[in-house]
Amino acid sequence: MLEASREARVWPRFVILGVVAAVCALGVLTWGIGPEPGSRGFWLVVERRGITVATMIVVAAAQSVATVLFHTATSNRILTPSIMGFEALYVVMQTALVFFWGAQSLAATDGLLKVALQSALMVVFATLLYRWLFSGRLGNLHTMLLVGVILGMGFASVATFMQRMLTPSEFDVLSARLFGNMSNSNPEYIPWATLVIGAVIAIVWVKRHRLDVLALGRETATNLGLNFRGEVTQLLVITAVLISISTTMVGPLTFFGFIVATLAYQLTGSSRHAHVLPFAFLLGLITLLGGYFILRHVFSAAGVLSVLIEFVGGLFFLIFLLRKGRL
Amino acid sequence: MISLSDVSKSYAGRRVLGPISLELPAGGITALVGPNGAGKSTLLTIMGRLLDPDTGSVVVGGADVATTPSRELAKILSILRQENHFITRLTVAQLVAFGRFPHSRGRLTAEDHAHVERALDFLGLGDLRDRFLDELSGGQRQRAYVAMVLAQDTRYILLDEPLNNLDIHHAVSMMRQLRRAADELGKTFVIVIHDINFASAYADRIVALRDGELVSVGTPAEIMRDDVLGALFDTEVRVRSDGPYPLAVYYR
Repeated sequence: MLEASREARVWPRFVILGVVAAVCALGVLTWGIGPEPGSRGFWLVVERRGITVATMIVVAAAQSVATVLFHTATSNRILTPSIMGFEALYVVMQTALVFFWGAQSLAATDGLLKVALQSALMVVFATLLYRWLFSGRLGNLHTMLLVGVILGMGFASVATFMQRMLTPSEFDVLSARLFGNMSNSNPEYIPWATLVIGAVIAIVWVKRHRLDVLALGRETATNLGLNFRGEVTQLLVITAVLISISTTMVGPLTFFGFIVATLAYQLTGSSRHAHVLPFAFLLGLITLLGGYFILRHVFSAAGVLSVLIEFVGGLFFLIFLLRKGRL
Repeated sequence: MISLSDVSKSYAGRRVLGPISLELPAGGITALVGPNGAGKSTLLTIMGRLLDPDTGSVVVGGADVATTPSRELAKILSILRQENHFITRLTVAQLVAFGRFPHSRGRLTAEDHAHVERALDFLGLGDLRDRFLDELSGGQRQRAYVAMVLAQDTRYILLDEPLNNLDIHHAVSMMRQLRRAADELGKTFVIVIHDINFASAYADRIVALRDGELVSVGTPAEIMRDDVLGALFDTEVRVRSDGPYPLAVYYR
């Protein structure tokens, strides 16, 4: 049957993507190391680069899953949590923490509890905000995009304003926290980030069939017996958790989720979340690893990876909008 | 049985519906008719728990629509709205398979597949099963949506203008299929319908609404009268009774 053959075509694509991702990872880990392969120096370098690879795995998982879930929850495929100011919201909250309680509060409150609290707070904000934005009261996607972008800018301005008032040393601590980058992320985050993301992905996997139904929109999903409001709230919670993890590790990435999710919808050839989610993750991983490898070993400019992703992603977003001609 | 008591709905202080109290027996086809803005679709969406009424309650097949878990309700009652567009790209067969979700939770059993096939057959969609919805005409899409709701296999089925986008041939065959489902499978249909003559030809009961109020409830013979329809639609209507069912003539 046609449907079966269409589904069957998904697996070879997975294998190809998996191999490409593995090759990229191997390249990033072992390419151009001075000491002889197998020597102690070699393994030290590999170990250090392993942190970068682990960071990328976490970020790719968080961003891709968060974006796809946000699309499903809001029944649109254009706006992403980052474009709607989700990350800017995170930056404001981090800044406010330092602004009101001082720099030591950042370090003093580190750990799982803080992440939990922070995520909880973000969840409350984000859920209220995006529930309102996507309640249909604003009418259409154009208005929502406008409101979202302006909110994002507003959050960023508020954050900048508070940062101006900080003492230089506080500002230093804060910026180290906010402007992470791929090759220089804090290794102590990786274990708990992996733990949280693993748990979240397990939850998402259990929900995969429900997600397919949710994507049909409020009325159809309700007719098919889902508690739409409850499910959407859960998805926004999950999105908030994932985005706060990603932002903590590498800073804001506005268009990364958009590229990865859009490519995944186009290339998977399936509308099921069970296929789209892993696909988006692998695409994200390849983008990060491949981009890093090329920048580092071809152009010797690894630090600008996120800048490049934003540039290419922004262009891609514009092209997508212009080609579609509508939101 | 579907029973509504004191159901009303207002938007921004303006009452668009009710209060309406109404009992519809199980089985057969009930047509909701009335002019534009009469509250037909509002009433149907409230019955199908897609919209919360401001006051009153709706009980369908013994289940209070407001308090019964949505998951249980989806096995008793299904509702199809007029406009459906999805962000995911689905084939007809995939869409219809979603109708089984309340029973299978996403893992289709052999029984679920049998239901899907039956629904596809019932609406003559066999040849279109692997076509994507966005490749179909409006009428074909409409039939695919109805097939999904039939695959859901609920006792009560609410349809908002199921004849929308259908040509004469498909409109007639859709109504025949609904009639068959009502007679052979014991389904209860409540449909919003614009063409009063289709209601006359196929419905067991007609519920006439105007300005959010219940105007009259009765069999086609009771509603299909010059004075009733004339007042309902504010248009001169002459009902001819020389055929197998009363026919309203109002075209000029």
